[in-house]
Amino acid sequence: MNQRQLFANLHAMWRIRALEEKVYELRLSGEIVGSVHLENGQEAIPVGAARCLRRQDALFTTYRGHGWALARGVPSRAIFAELLYRRTGVNGGRGGSAHFSAPQYGFHGENSIVGAGAPLAVGAALAARYDGSGRVAMTVFGDGAMNQGAVAESMNLAAAMSLPVIFVCENNKYSELTPIADMVRNPDLSARATALGIPAVRIDGNDCDTVSAAVGLAVRNAEHGLGPSFIEARTRRITGHYIGDVQHYRPEGELEADQADEPIVRLTRGLRAAGASEYALAEVERRARAEMSAASRRALADPLTDPMTVTEHLYA
Amino acid sequence: MPEVAKLTYGGAINAALARSLDEYPEAILYGEDVALPGGVFGVTLGLQKVYGNRVFDTPISETAMLGAAVGAAMFGRRPIVEIMWIDFMLVAFDQIVNQAANVRYVSEGRLTAPLTIRTQQGNAPGACAQHSQNLEALLLHVPGIRVAMPTLPQDAYDLTRSAVASDDPVVVIENRTLYAGDKARVVLGEEVAPIGGHRVRREGEDLTIVTWGKQARAVEEAVDACSSAGITAEVIEAVWLNPFDTSAVIASLERTGRLLVVHEANVTGGFGAEVIARAVESGVPLKSPPRRVGARDSRIPAASQLAAAVLPQPQDIAAAIHAIVGR
Repeated sequence: MNQRQLFANLHAMWRIRALEEKVYELRLSGEIVGSVHLENGQEAIPVGAARCLRRQDALFTTYRGHGWALARGVPSRAIFAELLYRRTGVNGGRGGSAHFSAPQYGFHGENSIVGAGAPLAVGAALAARYDGSGRVAMTVFGDGAMNQGAVAESMNLAAAMSLPVIFVCENNKYSELTPIADMVRNPDLSARATALGIPAVRIDGNDCDTVSAAVGLAVRNAEHGLGPSFIEARTRRITGHYIGDVQHYRPEGELEADQADEPIVRLTRGLRAAGASEYALAEVERRARAEMSAASRRALADPLTDPMTVTEHLYA
Repeated sequence: MPEVAKLTYGGAINAALARSLDEYPEAILYGEDVALPGGVFGVTLGLQKVYGNRVFDTPISETAMLGAAVGAAMFGRRPIVEIMWIDFMLVAFDQIVNQAANVRYVSEGRLTAPLTIRTQQGNAPGACAQHSQNLEALLLHVPGIRVAMPTLPQDAYDLTRSAVASDDPVVVIENRTLYAGDKARVVLGEEVAPIGGHRVRREGEDLTIVTWGKQARAVEEAVDACSSAGITAEVIEAVWLNPFDTSAVIASLERTGRLLVVHEANVTGGFGAEVIARAVESGVPLKSPPRRVGARDSRIPAASQLAAAVLPQPQDIAAAIHAIVGR
């Protein structure tokens, strides 16, 4: 991997981190209210995965989806505007932090019901059977969603019908506030996919290029009619489940260890060891933060969505 | 000349599905046992033969079935899904209430979910508690979901086609005791009607009876029986419950001044309460307190004689008519 590509990875991850940290500020200042779920520490997965998707592909994520939207190409200002309930938000504030979509960018939505994006992705893949689009559908969910019936049913349906679905499990060790290890007997979540006849891999989810390699292969297989794939991307959340979660349930020292191995820290360390200049490394972060500052400032200046519109689009 | 056929209720639905699959190349039809077996009630018999891979069987996975319908609809398909019994819909309610109903609204119309869910509900002799429920009120409480409930072959044909043509999620609630009923003359191939509207089954002056589902037949019988006492009733069958034709009910009440609502679902929280609330809120003058006839607020036992003690009976309807009219 050349340094130029690694810097691109770093910048893409910094954009997500900077977006999330700005969202955090806006949540604390009260400009954003309600539940907000950040994906700090998990940035390598959206960055590595989204670039394997083509324009025609479908993407369904969880409520921890701001970074996925950004990685898919949704403009940062439109994301901020959505979280800030502005007219210019991707859904005019109807989705908010946890339930927005932007299909014009190939982002078919977050979902606030754990695991519920999986059947939707199966449907998007089912549609591809008939429409000649060559669409591949990706659904992203956490380790906790592995214990939802919707995910189990969807994996089996996709397998039975050989549908082009990529199931990406972001295993960040915690099902909301509870260790996934306590909620399963077999900690290898990918084994469930294997049992259903779906090719499955467990990968290091804190490295963009590892993620890209796995997702790229899954996309190619789906394109060639080989059906669904399952990727368990192991990662760590370095913030709480939601803003305000103090993570008292985490064992001592765990967070510090996770922070030392989170994807931005790790890639920065690697680049530094390979001789990248401190200036260049700092510049990547600065650019990302400048973008998010400007985007959030512009979004804040946009008009709030008019309550007169609240009954629109309920029915055709 | 319109094409006319003599069809059962089930046959009319089959004809409507075939017609819809013809009219909408993007329509697909699937469910448990619907393709090769043709459905446990035979309603989809023969469709796979004609429409090939657009008609297929699925695993017994209602959540995946309905979620996939929402996803496929977001990408230009027009899925028609059979949920064998409405009781089974409960295991997949997330996909209807949290997913389908939100697609258009939350995305401000950037995404849509034009899908039809066909199901059937209600008691029949011997049916257990998990195969007997009347759950329309659960769906009617959910903005974003359209609900139709045809009981005559012509309505079954027309409403099914309107449901498929609708760009919103529509649940069509059928009744399995009607599928193999008498054949009736069904006009086929007319232009698809927009969703909504009601049917006037009887004209009358003394009271307005609003009903839906299989009880519509019982209401007609009760009204006919009461005619010997000189009572006439305007019977409105609400074949569409969402959208519900409130103005038709109010207009009828302006003439009759008396209201009875009859449904097979149990009374508490039933849609009958909503109909009465709308009538009262409209301010239309009423000569006597409105009434509801529905099932008792109970679970439904399998034994026929026990179920009959829970479900509304023709004599309950007749008694309510007499009580409202006061003779």
